[in-house]
Amino acid sequence: MRDVFYLAWRYLLFHRFKTALLILAIALIVTLPAGLQTLVRKGERQLRARASSTPLLLGRKGSPLELTLNALYFRTAVPAPVSYAEVDRLAATGLADPIPLYVRFRAQSDKIVGTTLDYFSFRGLRLAAGGQMARLGDCVLGSAVARRRGLKPGDSVISSPESVFDIAGVFPLKMHVTGILDFADSPDDHAIFVEIKTAWVIEGLGHGHGDLKKPELASGVLKKEAGNIVANASILQYNEITDDNMESFHFHGALDAFPVSGILAVPPDRKNATLLMGRYQDAEQRLQILQPIQVMDELLVTVFTVQRFVIAALVLVALATLALAALVLLLSGRLRRREIETLHRIGGEKTRVGAILAAEAVLVTVAGLALAVLLTWITGLAGDELIRLFLIRA
Amino acid sequence: MSSGFEATAGSSVQLEQVRFRYRGSDFLLEVRELRVEPGEHLAIIGPSGSGKTTLLHLIAGIRLPDSGRVAVDATEISSSGDGTRRDFRIRNIGLVFQEFELLEYLTVLDNILLPFRLSGALPLSREVRERAASLAAEVGIAHRLKQSAGCLSQGEKQRAAVCRALLTRPRLILGDEPTGNLDPANKGLVLEILLRQARESGATLLVVTHDHELLPRFDRVIDCKRFYAGPPSGSAEAQP
Repeated sequence: MRDVFYLAWRYLLFHRFKTALLILAIALIVTLPAGLQTLVRKGERQLRARASSTPLLLGRKGSPLELTLNALYFRTAVPAPVSYAEVDRLAATGLADPIPLYVRFRAQSDKIVGTTLDYFSFRGLRLAAGGQMARLGDCVLGSAVARRRGLKPGDSVISSPESVFDIAGVFPLKMHVTGILDFADSPDDHAIFVEIKTAWVIEGLGHGHGDLKKPELASGVLKKEAGNIVANASILQYNEITDDNMESFHFHGALDAFPVSGILAVPPDRKNATLLMGRYQDAEQRLQILQPIQVMDELLVTVFTVQRFVIAALVLVALATLALAALVLLLSGRLRRREIETLHRIGGEKTRVGAILAAEAVLVTVAGLALAVLLTWITGLAGDELIRLFLIRA
Repeated sequence: MSSGFEATAGSSVQLEQVRFRYRGSDFLLEVRELRVEPGEHLAIIGPSGSGKTTLLHLIAGIRLPDSGRVAVDATEISSSGDGTRRDFRIRNIGLVFQEFELLEYLTVLDNILLPFRLSGALPLSREVRERAASLAAEVGIAHRLKQSAGCLSQGEKQRAAVCRALLTRPRLILGDEPTGNLDPANKGLVLEILLRQARESGATLLVVTHDHELLPRFDRVIDCKRFYAGPPSGSAEAQP
């Protein structure tokens, strides 16, 4: 038997390009459905785990999926905002603790999540290094962000403008890193957390600049009317909040009217949750309250349906590929007729000559399956990251 | 280094009242009687399509006659089953083909060892490998053993094919125009190797050749024309 496999091996090695193509074809037709299955299972686990740990979510009426993905996975598709007054209104019901979220801005590819310190205790996030954000302009980094950027407490992160061409828009804000979160195996690892007021500063709702009442900045005054001082363009806004300029930072307008993209509602028990949901069921309401797990389950039903279609298509592709592989082997057999005749004429046993050809097919199939197992395993290893890539970083 | 061609007894070959026709063809080969003595060196000549290759195939048991008797030594080739004939062939008959029939995906050494890899009855021992190397050295291709058969010149390929045919110490060597594709220098060389090895081992040698200059070097020459009983030559050449 060793000789049979040796001769088969030599043939495959000599025709390595053809062999590699066959192995790859077999590996792919096995890996694609298996890998897809693995990814879907991991995706389901991740989606459900995050959603089931989030009891209720309040936001502007609109797409429940968009609101859920933004609040839970920090997707950048920003739902229509609600005012901060809704946070207070929710707290006033006494049915749940509100945690505001403002997920809109980025620092390069990383999401900036404006929230309160309650978010960290709600998610069970712990600091691996440094301390919590304590003042305007501070930020805490998710473990993956810190690792990827090589940042540590004391370093800084600069927010990115929403649009390169929006010169009148948001100024970049240099934020101080006060702490790094422990690895949480969740979207929190990929986020930069700031106090919600810092998010408003990034949006331009709050800012800091030199005191126009001071004589040395008199040339920057455009006009004074009814106690208001209007500055000209020579007065620069600060893009970093420091001990020296902290006092100069202020907000224009009522904080209650400032935006949040969603509010996590954490009721103490199921009864309070039910009561709270009832309050927002009114058709006249401009708000919607969601159970994220239900939203995710609906999404997963769609995903599984699509998966079934994709797998059915892959099975058809696999059959076509197998038919092509069989054709290649058949044509190869025709091309090798003379060689096979030679083996017979020398006196090779009929079964042994057949076994050599079969061994070639076995080796290619085994190699293809082994590669498929390897690729599926790699897909499994990279699965979590791939899902985050599609869900979070997209 | 010892010679790879130790003496063995040659085989006798007998054909009696043999008739063979290719299916769907009017080619007909008739051999009333042909006897080849052990150790005899026989040249087979004849025009294209006269059945020279067919005759060798009948003797080797690659093809079976429609009627009549083919025997090599005491083995009745014409009445043996396929497995028996293959087994007999690989153990006792060395075949050299005009087109060399080396497998280009194997090294020269593996090509020479091929009969041992194709038969469970022939164990591939260290001694066999040494004999293969010895044979290769004898015919001047020892330095090519590790190379692919596709890298050899025509002359070297035929010498490798001769080594493959002789590795099993065959009692009968059948050469089907083994010099047909070679230049004059290699022609003489390959025939010389075959004759010498057959002489040294005592094997019976049957060689199909078109080259009349080589005929004086054989014990006997037979013209296949006398066995041919079909239509004019040319029509059947493609079949054999």
